[in-house]
Amino acid sequence: MSQEPPQLNGMKATDITSFFVLGHTQEGLTRIDANGKPSPGVARSWELSDHGAVFHLRNEARWSDGQPITARDFVYAWRTVLQPRTASSFAFLLFPVRNAQAISEGKLDASKLGVSAPDDHTLKVEFERPCAYFLGLTSAAITYPIREDIHRRFGDKYGADANQMIFSGPFLLSSWIHGASLKMTRNPHYWNRAAIRLDAIEVPAITPDTNAKFNFFKDRKVDLIDTLGRDDLLKATQQGYKLRPFADGSVLFLAFNFRAGRATRNLNLRKALAAVFDPSEYVQRVVTIPGTQPGLGLVPRWMQGHRARFRDEHRLEPRRPDFAAAKRYLEAARRELGGRIPPLTWLTGDTAQGAREAEYFQQAFRRHLGITLHIDKQIFKQRLAKMNQGRFDIASSVWGPDYNDPLTFVELATAWNAANRGQYRNAEVDQKVRAAQVTADPARRLELLAQAEAIALDELAFLPTHERTVMWMTQPWLKNVIRHPIGPDPDLTQASIVSTGGRGP
Amino acid sequence: MIRLLVRRLLTGLATVFFIVTATFLAVHWVPGDPLLQDKGQAPEVRAQLIHEYGLDQPLGVQYGVYLRKLARGDFGISFTQQNRSVNDIIREHFPVSATLGLLALALATLGGILLGSISALRRGRAADQATRLAVILGISVPSFVFAAILQYGVSELNQRAGMTVLPVGGWGTAAHLLLPSLVLGLGTLAFLTRLMRSSLLEVITQDHVRTARAKGLSERQVFWSHQLRNALLPVITTLGPAVAALTTGGFVVESVFAIPGLGRYFVQAVQQLDYTVILGLTVFYGTFLVLMVVAIDLVYAWVDPRIRWEHHG
Repeated sequence: MSQEPPQLNGMKATDITSFFVLGHTQEGLTRIDANGKPSPGVARSWELSDHGAVFHLRNEARWSDGQPITARDFVYAWRTVLQPRTASSFAFLLFPVRNAQAISEGKLDASKLGVSAPDDHTLKVEFERPCAYFLGLTSAAITYPIREDIHRRFGDKYGADANQMIFSGPFLLSSWIHGASLKMTRNPHYWNRAAIRLDAIEVPAITPDTNAKFNFFKDRKVDLIDTLGRDDLLKATQQGYKLRPFADGSVLFLAFNFRAGRATRNLNLRKALAAVFDPSEYVQRVVTIPGTQPGLGLVPRWMQGHRARFRDEHRLEPRRPDFAAAKRYLEAARRELGGRIPPLTWLTGDTAQGAREAEYFQQAFRRHLGITLHIDKQIFKQRLAKMNQGRFDIASSVWGPDYNDPLTFVELATAWNAANRGQYRNAEVDQKVRAAQVTADPARRLELLAQAEAIALDELAFLPTHERTVMWMTQPWLKNVIRHPIGPDPDLTQASIVSTGGRGP
Repeated sequence: MIRLLVRRLLTGLATVFFIVTATFLAVHWVPGDPLLQDKGQAPEVRAQLIHEYGLDQPLGVQYGVYLRKLARGDFGISFTQQNRSVNDIIREHFPVSATLGLLALALATLGGILLGSISALRRGRAADQATRLAVILGISVPSFVFAAILQYGVSELNQRAGMTVLPVGGWGTAAHLLLPSLVLGLGTLAFLTRLMRSSLLEVITQDHVRTARAKGLSERQVFWSHQLRNALLPVITTLGPAVAALTTGGFVVESVFAIPGLGRYFVQAVQQLDYTVILGLTVFYGTFLVLMVVAIDLVYAWVDPRIRWEHHG
């Protein structure tokens, strides 16, 4: 692990480390299975309609202290998540539930939320609008049940330490030494405990140093490294370790700034910049991680559509450089901008890879268009501040999915999305996404999203550069590790240790 | 002695107050705020958090609130770990850094005095040459290089041996302390060796040493009671800052060896612009440093009687 979970309160967690620990120690109505589909969790079955859903909870579901997990625990959790006082960043995921948004804005009392528990083992959800992907949300951390008595006992300290929380998942957090180590052991009360084959999951060390992680692996103190640094790839190959690619679900793209006074507002300029960009060459020469896919749309290739993959149902032409067209666009842009193209500012993080990417574009823009690119490297919060304030022309950006539906990507182009940092505005895009949000027919819904995406791409609101792949490795004795683009990753709930004749962990 | 102490403590207090004010202004003037998130936030969520942390108040009011809390010893709640107080962070992680730091300091001081003395007494001979070369290496090679090389070496060693001879990192047992404290103390060790050598060389040629020899003391007696004691003064002076520097945690060593010390929290806090953690740790470090300097002043007065006379007069 690179850093320790900031907190293990599922309502407030926003980072992958927390989601990893929570995903093993808590369980929602459903869990994501090996194929990325929702499978029964605390709920054994359900009925979904355009107006709502009914979940039937299993009688044998237990908290780690042996008490039954009831529908009331979900009602309490969802009401609490949506209260403004909780200030949960992911509360918006529940907005398809009736009155959820109004509650989160403080306009309604939490008791008005469209969720109820007719009995201990039935959870009834009323929808604000049809929600095709609702089932996929019921495995998210913010939908986990919460035990009212435990939550009230620890108050603001809930989830701060291993003994200040209670567990509903396959494992329980048996120790958490801040900054040092974590240990999850098998939860004896978990309903499906017979299917869990690992006795414990240990995180023996927490360090951001990739070299150190590598040495821990070599010393067999860890069995899995979820992401190898670019510089470790060669070393790992030389040591004879078997590397595996994992497309982590994120799309990387350039966000152009549409604020008043920015040259990047000019469509012809954006077209000129895009016309000198070669995604294939970029992936091979700059990104260099095998398996990386060149950028295509906002919605990445792995995302499921109606019957097939969304990208197969809604095709996009791969982008190829066209230097002659670039020249024409540049001329038009120059005329429209009053004769000269000002130097552009490229905002990026302070990593070596961020610099490499920026330098590639700097060179391409200078050579083919004669445009100067200033690279503005900023550490994390300062970069975010500059993005929010609009102090850039082009911001290298990344977006990972919040839930399993193309909407999580297409919504980036809407006026109301806080992550639309270039402030791209197009009423037609907004209207189509709004329409998709209330459309029950899945094919029609995805069609609307595809149309919205196509408009935003045509106008070059964003320029997708690549779909990220990371390399990872495990010791040979660790089997059945699942990687998910959405949900707890890596997933060790089905993993097992097999004897290889060598020394086990 | 008491007056010296009181005076030093008062200046120390003023220094700490200055540190608090300067750091408070600095963190708030840096662009951005600790609540910004990669994924963006709904305006209501952001407004709620800003209100909870009091960031919606004018800076002057925030400063007043911070000082009042500080006077009660309350450093506030972390922005990134929203259910942990800065006091808890210091309480849990400072002992780790302190243990490591004291061990590193012990290694550095004893090693430095020993090597420095040998080097000075054997001036110009092979032992001196070797020590001086090692000192140059120790001072000029940064600790992350030593850390990486040592850790790599140990992981190779363990692999060859087929067992864990030494842990490559982590925290918990005495064996976990060895490598990191060595790396942490190495720079100070080299520095103290050089200081001890030059200091001793100066003392050796002084009149009172010649007098001591003239009155027939053995070389051993001359060294222990006349040379060493005097040569130690500059070494002691540097110990105050060295204690503070080593025990407050080294980011590099803590990262490489995966040690849950304060140094890492500090660097992470700066990256995350975690106002309360940056401020709390800076004030804590500052106070600690000031106290160490005062303590060393007292030790100095004890070792060197001339200082006592000056302040008694």
